[in-house]
Amino acid sequence: MSAAFVPHRMAFVRALRRLLGKPLGTFLSALVVGIALTLPALGYMLIDNLGSLANGMTGKPEISVFLNRNVDQAGISAFENRLRTDKRVSALRFVSRDAALKELAARGAFADVTGALPENPLPDAFVLEPVGSDPAVFESLRVSLTAMPEVMHVQLDSVWVERLHAVVELGQRTALMLAGLLGTVLIIVTFNTIRLQILTQRHEISVSLLMGATRGFVRRPFLYFGFLQGMLGGILAWGLVEILILVIAPHVQTLARTYNIVVDLHGPNAWQSVSLILFASILGWVGAALSVRRHLHDGMVD
Amino acid sequence: MIRFENVSKLYPGGHEALSDISFEIRHGELLVLAGHSGAGKSTLIKLIAALEKPTAGKVWVSGQDVGALRQNQIPYLRRSLGLVMQEHRLLNDRTVFDNVMLPLLVTGYPPRDAAKRVRVALEKVGLSEYENSMPQTLSGGEQQRVAIARAIVNKPSVLIADEPTAHLDPAYAREIAALFRSFHAAGVTILLSTHDETLFSPYGARRIELAKGRLQA
Repeated sequence: MSAAFVPHRMAFVRALRRLLGKPLGTFLSALVVGIALTLPALGYMLIDNLGSLANGMTGKPEISVFLNRNVDQAGISAFENRLRTDKRVSALRFVSRDAALKELAARGAFADVTGALPENPLPDAFVLEPVGSDPAVFESLRVSLTAMPEVMHVQLDSVWVERLHAVVELGQRTALMLAGLLGTVLIIVTFNTIRLQILTQRHEISVSLLMGATRGFVRRPFLYFGFLQGMLGGILAWGLVEILILVIAPHVQTLARTYNIVVDLHGPNAWQSVSLILFASILGWVGAALSVRRHLHDGMVD
Repeated sequence: MIRFENVSKLYPGGHEALSDISFEIRHGELLVLAGHSGAGKSTLIKLIAALEKPTAGKVWVSGQDVGALRQNQIPYLRRSLGLVMQEHRLLNDRTVFDNVMLPLLVTGYPPRDAAKRVRVALEKVGLSEYENSMPQTLSGGEQQRVAIARAIVNKPSVLIADEPTAHLDPAYAREIAALFRSFHAAGVTILLSTHDETLFSPYGARRIELAKGRLQA
C-alpha cells in the first residue's frame, strides 16, 4: 500500500473501531437513518413497478373507428381500402359487430345482458395504429376520420395510458422530494452523532493538536465514521425495502387479479441497491463534514 | 533559535498579558523563565507554540515568523517543539506506552520504529517498567515524567516546559529538574518556566524574569 494511503487506512480503522466499540448506539443511529430512507426508497420502488406496468402498455395509441349502422359490406370494404392507402396508418384490424358481441359476452358479467338483447346493438369497427408517435399525426388522423361519412365515432385510446404515465411521473417526483427531505434527516442525525463524539473526545483532540496533528488527521476518522454509519443505514434501508416488498407482494397481486392485471412486484435491482447505499454513505459523509467544520476548531487546543 | 521582538499580547477585554518583550534563546541554551503566577509565563510559551498570536511584535522560531504561519503550517511548527504543558494532559484511557506514542502516531511515523523510540523515551525518564500502566495509577511525579517522555519522543531540537515542577513534592521536583539538566547536557535547547527558580540555579542556567507582563532587568 502506498505511503499516501497510510493515514487514510489508520483513520478508517479508527472510525471502524469507534463504530464497533458501541454496537448498540451504532445500530440505533443506523436504524434511524435506515427507517428515514426506507420510506422514499419503498415509494420509489412501488412507483418503479407501476412504471414498468405502464411501459408494458404500448405508448402508441390505438384509434377505434366505429362505423354507422347503415354502412353495408361493400361500404366497409371501400372504407378499409381507403384506410390501407393512408400513409398515416401503420396497422389495421377489423372488428365486426358480431365478433364484438361475442367478445363482450365472453366477459362473464355481460353474458346475461347480451343474451337478453333482441338484436346486436354494436357497430362494426376498425382498430388502427397510427405511424410514429407524434401526437399531431394522431390528431390529424382523428380529424380526417371523423369527417368521413361512414364514421359514427372516433376514439383515441391513448388517453388513459398518458394519464398512467403522468401519474407515474408525479409519483417519481414525489418520491424524489421525499428522499430529499429524509436525506436531510440523515444529515442531521450524522451531524449530531459526530457533534457528541467530538465533545467526548475533546481532550484527545486537543492533545493531538498540541502534539502537531494536522486538522486533516483529526477530521478524517469522523468523516469515515459518518460515511460508514450512512452506509450501514443504507444497507438497513435496502433490507427493509426488500422485506416490505416481500410482505406486500401477495396483497398487490390479489388486488391486481381483480383488475385482470398480472403484476410481478420486484424489489430494487443491483444498480438501484448500490445507488441507495451509496446515497446514504455520501449523505453520512456530508453530515460528518458539516459537523466537523462546525465543531472542530483550533480553539480546542486549550 | 527562538527570538521575541517587541512582543505584546493584549487579550480581549484589555488585559495586557505581555508587553514589549524582547529576548533570544540560542541553540543549546537552558533558559529559565521566572516569575510569579500570572506574570505572563504561560502566555509567552503559548506564543511559541502558536496557541496564541501576538497582538504586536514578532516571535521567531527557527527562522519562522510564528504569528504569520498559515493554519496548515502550525502542526509542523508544533512537531519541531517538545511541549510539556502545565497540566500534564495525559490521556487517561490509554496506557503510558500509548500516551508516549501519540506524537509519533500523529505524524504518521512507521509503527515498528515508533515502538522502539517510545521505549527509548520511557527509559530516559526512568519509566521503562510502567509502559503498560494507566496514567492514573502513577504518582504525580511519574505522570509528569510520562508527559516529558511524550515531549522528547519526537527528538525535538527545543524542549519547552511550562511549570513542569508545579504541584510536585520537592523530592519529585528535584528529580524532574535533574532530568531537564541531563537533556540539556545532551545538547537539547530548553526553555522552562518555573516560580521556584532555586531548582535550576545549581545548574548555572540563564534566567529571565517576568513581572506583570514585563521583562525585569
